Amino acid sequence: MKGYIHSFESFGTVDGPGIRYVVFMQGCPLKCKYCHNRDTWEANIGKQYTVDEVLDRVLRSKPFIESSKGGFTASGGEPLLQSKFLIELFKKLKENNIHTALDTAGSLPINEEIKELLKYTDLVILDIKHIDKQKCIELTGTSNKNELEFAKYCSQNGIKLWIRQVLIPDYTDNEIDLIKTAEFINTLKTVEKVEVLPYHDLGKTKWKNMGLEYSLEGVVSPADDEIEKAKKILQTKYSIKIDKIMF
Amino acid sequence: MAWNFEAWNEFKRGNWTNSINVRDFIQKNYTPYEGDETFLAGPTERTKELWNRVLELYEIERQKGVLDVATDIASNVNTFEAGYINKELEQIVGLQTDYPLKRAIMPEGGIRIVEKSCEAYGYQVSEKIKDIYHNYRKTHNDGVFQAYTPEIRAARKNKLLTGLPDGYGRGRIIGDYRRVALYGVDVLIEEKKKDFENTRSNWMSESIIREREEIADQIKALEDLKNMALRYGYDISKPATNSKEAVQWLYFAYLGAIKQQNGAAMSIGRTSTFLDIYFERDLRDGRITEEEVQELMDHFVMKLRLVRFLRTPDYNELFSGDPVWVTESIGGMGIDGRTLVTKNSFRVIHTLETMGTSPEPNLTILWSTKFPQGFKKFCSRISIQTSSVQYENDDLMREYLGDDYAIACCVSPMKVGKQMQFFGARANLAKTLTYAINGGKDEITGVQVTPEYSPITSNEPLNFDEVWKKYTQMMEYVAQIYIDALNIIHYMHDKYAYESLEMALHDKDIIRTMACGIAGLSVAADSLSAIKYAKVYPIRNEFGLAVDYRIEGDFPKFGNDDDRVDELAVLIQKTFMDKLRKQKTYRNSKPTMSILTITSNVVYGKATGNTPDGRKAGAPFGPGANPLHGRDENGAVAVLNSLAKLKFENSEDGISYTFAITPSALGNEEETRINNMTGLLDGYFSQLSHHVNVNVFNRELLLDAMDHPEKYPQLTIRVSGYAVNFIKLTREQQLDVINRTIHEKM
Repeated sequence: MKGYIHSFESFGTVDGPGIRYVVFMQGCPLKCKYCHNRDTWEANIGKQYTVDEVLDRVLRSKPFIESSKGGFTASGGEPLLQSKFLIELFKKLKENNIHTALDTAGSLPINEEIKELLKYTDLVILDIKHIDKQKCIELTGTSNKNELEFAKYCSQNGIKLWIRQVLIPDYTDNEIDLIKTAEFINTLKTVEKVEVLPYHDLGKTKWKNMGLEYSLEGVVSPADDEIEKAKKILQTKYSIKIDKIMF
Repeated sequence: MAWNFEAWNEFKRGNWTNSINVRDFIQKNYTPYEGDETFLAGPTERTKELWNRVLELYEIERQKGVLDVATDIASNVNTFEAGYINKELEQIVGLQTDYPLKRAIMPEGGIRIVEKSCEAYGYQVSEKIKDIYHNYRKTHNDGVFQAYTPEIRAARKNKLLTGLPDGYGRGRIIGDYRRVALYGVDVLIEEKKKDFENTRSNWMSESIIREREEIADQIKALEDLKNMALRYGYDISKPATNSKEAVQWLYFAYLGAIKQQNGAAMSIGRTSTFLDIYFERDLRDGRITEEEVQELMDHFVMKLRLVRFLRTPDYNELFSGDPVWVTESIGGMGIDGRTLVTKNSFRVIHTLETMGTSPEPNLTILWSTKFPQGFKKFCSRISIQTSSVQYENDDLMREYLGDDYAIACCVSPMKVGKQMQFFGARANLAKTLTYAINGGKDEITGVQVTPEYSPITSNEPLNFDEVWKKYTQMMEYVAQIYIDALNIIHYMHDKYAYESLEMALHDKDIIRTMACGIAGLSVAADSLSAIKYAKVYPIRNEFGLAVDYRIEGDFPKFGNDDDRVDELAVLIQKTFMDKLRKQKTYRNSKPTMSILTITSNVVYGKATGNTPDGRKAGAPFGPGANPLHGRDENGAVAVLNSLAKLKFENSEDGISYTFAITPSALGNEEETRINNMTGLLDGYFSQLSHHVNVNVFNRELLLDAMDHPEKYPQLTIRVSGYAVNFIKLTREQQLDVINRTIHEKM
């Protein structure tokens, strides 16, 4: 079993607890305008690695993973596109007592394969692209239906969640939208952490290098007080029942 | 017969009262501390006022290059009247000359170098001193150059061997300065006199004559030390009786050493836990408060920050930023399993907060994975905030050296008072490889530097087996002339510039190592990897010399945790060390090796032509054992894993790695960053790796500091094995630091 992998980061510190060995999987069904890994979109290209090759790399980092209570994170691209590969990898990681995390946008419909993968997943880091369906399509080319259902599935099945919202001025910082997002988050039972990631344009060069136009040209990173405001909204605990939420 | 002093009241007695044995005193009397940093006190008003005065002096020094030079005195232990920053405020006194930051001259290393250094800053050595050292008193430098062979001169001139201590003090000797505080000078003299009487045999051999002369010099230095202290109103013939005296006595001993020797590295040893014993006694008895203890440590450390030597601009190119390597080794574990971390381990590091960051003293944590959590977190926090401490693996070194060793310079461990080294700078192993290809001709100058070996003349891709064979032959030659040069240097150094005070604070019978070093390891490993896994075609100049290389295909590069190339690096390390082991060394010293460049990776790179790994002529090497800039593609842990494969047993003088990371790449929140830093250090050191320098900063900050140095008087960064004031680096070195891989979050 082989997987298409874009790149490796042996010292991941933001995608899950502790020091993470992070694998960026190749291929993504979304087309986020602000994507900072534009070169991971196209599926089934690039270098392939076997499960054992990746496992070997992760095990070499085990002293660091153990000393920091870290683990392994599959990121991307959209890791769910290669669930089959990850099922095998995660199984073996669990045999080696390594914490597993999936950094995903939940952008595929839940199927048996994904359900199987989630059995071996300790943490899902879910990037909520946009709570508003229409705006989500505008921003990512796809509706948010799959990801919201994915979140609910995780919640129902006791899988821990870290929720992320990338804060992009004029795109995702609308107060009403943020409140709606917070309301949604509050329907989930397994959320451990809610993070606001301020937009940056460091990924821009990748678009340019590929000869592509970067449509967020001119958008600046949000100011600190905007970030604080968004954090406050998203981290507020609401006591709203799930049936009251409208998507 | 045991000594007994009132000064030792409340101390638990042991072997240390029968013979000089500081370790035994520490083990019997210290109090391990397992708590956190909350007990620490801030700076006193006196400290703040004094430090502000120092900052003013720093600024004048920065503008002038040096503040002042005493050009008419050949400095020694008891030269110069007492000097002060502000006599009323200073709790710990003593300066190298009669004024803070005023530099002394020490011509015994070499008079021409002293003249050159003075001239570089607009001073002239006095006529009297010139007359003495040109006409009557020979120097170390004179002796070395008389004895050098043409082969050594050629290797030196073509930068195959660089930075040899043939024109400056070798340093890297640590006197056991604690002995003066614990025993007082008189006991030490008494013991040396016994040694002197015992140094004889039926045949008055050269070595016995030398040793008798050395011990006599040591006794004189100890007498001088007492007189030096008297100038400040202190009688240090007897043991220190309280906290303040313990710090003062210890500092005087160190001060005597730095007045006598302008050594490349003048490290202070492992003093903080020793001092803690005196502090604990006084705290327990209510004779001192935590604020007062911190003040003593602040004023002590302030003195260490003022240490200056006069050096040439050339020297500054090699070892940039005016370093003196007042290395203080902190923490570690005892062989009985108790931690050697004490409250004073925290206090000495805390000086980075009470007085702001500083490159000196070179604070070095002897890290153990078994450290108490409180200390681990404290160190990690300080690293993240100040980039001013370095880490070396105590769990590894303790196996070799026990629990009372200290680091000299950057990464060189030695048993305090029981071991010294003959510092040997380094050989350029990347250049050695191009010499192997070119039959011993220099790729830049075209000069035949080694005896003629057969070069590789084919224009086919280089064959790994052929290159490796020639490379090992070339290493054999380099090892031989390298040791030849060092034997000459250290023979002459002992003869003309003997460190009598530092050696007076050693046992009579000591271990000596011949501390060789290498530069360009990652370049050499990547080059061999390219030859083995890709196709490397030599490109020749009109004389047939391979001066460039064309590479077809990709190859594994050091720093990515890829065994194919990492094993080549390990093989180079072992092969060269084995060649060194075969040589006959001065005073039967044990050959060792370091992988450390300090800032000279820039100079080495400049002097080395194109290499088979695709590195361009003149481009800097990676510092120490670092991968070449930008070649590590899999993140920091992969780099650390590559480094951890290098064997300490083949580099007992240290393996240096410098690591730079942006704050956000360590994690999003402070708590996470501290946890990840601690995890990184534990993970790295649990694999028996040796050393890491940690820098946490943003590129933008450094760029701003380049343009506005006046805004960053205390900005400290870690470079291979030491710390420097960023604004004191040459522009070239600043750019090297900025371009070096900084691990960033994408």
